[in-house]
Amino acid sequence: MRVKPKMAFYWCSGCGGCEESILDLAGSLADLLARIDVVFWPVAFDYDYADLERLADGEILASFINGAIRTEDHAEKARLLRRKSRYVVSHGACAQTGGVVGLGNFFTTEEIVARLYRESPTVANPAGIVPRETSIDGGHELHLPPLCPSVKPLNGVIDVDYYVPGCPPTPELMQAALTLVIEGMLPAKGSVLAEKRSLCDTCARRDSKPEKLTVARFRRLTDTAIDPATCFLAQEIICLGPATRGGCRDRCIGANMPCRGCFGPPDGVTDQGARAISFIASLIGSNDPAEIAHAIGTIPDPAGLFYRYTLAASTLRGRAQGRTDG
Amino acid sequence: MREKEKAKKTPKAVDGFEPRIICFLCNWCSYSAADAAGRAQKAYPANVSVIKVMCSGRVDPQFIMKAFHDGADGVMVLGCHPGDCHYKKGNYQTQKRVLLLKKVLGQFGIEQERMELDWVSATEGDRFVETVTRMVERVRQLGPLERRA
Ligand code: SF4
Ligand code: SF4
Ligand code: FES
Repeated sequence: MRVKPKMAFYWCSGCGGCEESILDLAGSLADLLARIDVVFWPVAFDYDYADLERLADGEILASFINGAIRTEDHAEKARLLRRKSRYVVSHGACAQTGGVVGLGNFFTTEEIVARLYRESPTVANPAGIVPRETSIDGGHELHLPPLCPSVKPLNGVIDVDYYVPGCPPTPELMQAALTLVIEGMLPAKGSVLAEKRSLCDTCARRDSKPEKLTVARFRRLTDTAIDPATCFLAQEIICLGPATRGGCRDRCIGANMPCRGCFGPPDGVTDQGARAISFIASLIGSNDPAEIAHAIGTIPDPAGLFYRYTLAASTLRGRAQGRTDG
Repeated sequence: MREKEKAKKTPKAVDGFEPRIICFLCNWCSYSAADAAGRAQKAYPANVSVIKVMCSGRVDPQFIMKAFHDGADGVMVLGCHPGDCHYKKGNYQTQKRVLLLKKVLGQFGIEQERMELDWVSATEGDRFVETVTRMVERVRQLGPLERRA
């Protein structure tokens, strides 16, 4: 009998949605499990890290790792899986570009801990208990992994062979990626296993996207009635489709929501936010500085919007240390 | 590491800080102005490193972010005066982009004063010298730009 290829699935700092994108394979999940030997998948099976360490280096055909690198422990586990695997596949936006987790890079770790454990209005913590690397409880010494100073994408700590984009990836993309791995049909190393072009190239609303568009201001979702068939940009609503890779099956567009960029930049673009700045600025019709300023004023949080999924992988990576908004 | 590099490349002043300024100049106006200043042997601060581009409109926001990330304490883009761009509208696009970029840079903790967009024509050698000198002094006051690890 042919030996089934060994596979591992792991999560770092994520929300669990990427795990869900495997479970969403539904019926084909059973077929998948019949074709592979899952040697490590903490969310689904009861394995120990020791089981993983016992494997020979390179023994796993592929490890799918989701989530960003937020703690030293994530980095350590990623390195262990890298050693044990022939291929490492970055699974989802957080692993590829830091994802929403990467927005933590607008803050310092001290600010994050203070907000979470002291300042947030929904927190009652009169004793002021905050997580520490070492604490003693009932005579036991407990350890927590330290937070990294900045969130990093997976390729910030290990070599990554392939990327499946999305927050989370569609089950179709997961199925396709798993099949490519199992059947040994993988493309060139470093490829993103999805559409190469921008979302606009495949968007159902692309025919209504104006060739030349000028706006005096941008509208907000909360106070605008949105036509469900017309390009969002034509309705003066910011849509990141031009700066975003396609392949998501228009999930948001189909739900009448503009693209927020979760598939990351298309091939040939490295900084999604910088690309967004360029194309959004070019839509502003006026050349008068005051009118331009007015239009820009209608985008309350441009950095958070343009880098929602890619801050940790951006050129600047996050807010300069020890600084507040300038 | 980057700190070390910087210390190597910039001359030491009394207070220990010499700002490093990256200055993008368009081929048709502002670069000629810098050239004119040079030919007239006008002195301007050695803190400025010039990068020539065909048009200010060629300066992608990512170039500016990369300059800041790689060690610049300030970035300048100098183009032709409004209406004078060799490619007609390049500098108008630059203006919009830089204004939006400045807001984003502020959110990254980079003061807007570290980013300067101005217009200098081919004959304005003096204006070029004044503009870069003013920028160097302004950034010197702000101090070195800290970066994210
Ligand atoms: S801008 Fe948005 S709505 Fe318009 S075509 Fe592109 S992805 Fe579709
Ligand atoms: S439309 Fe944009 S944000 Fe929505 S799923 Fe697709 S890539 Fe992600
Ligand atoms: S050529 Fe000088 S700004 Fe366009």
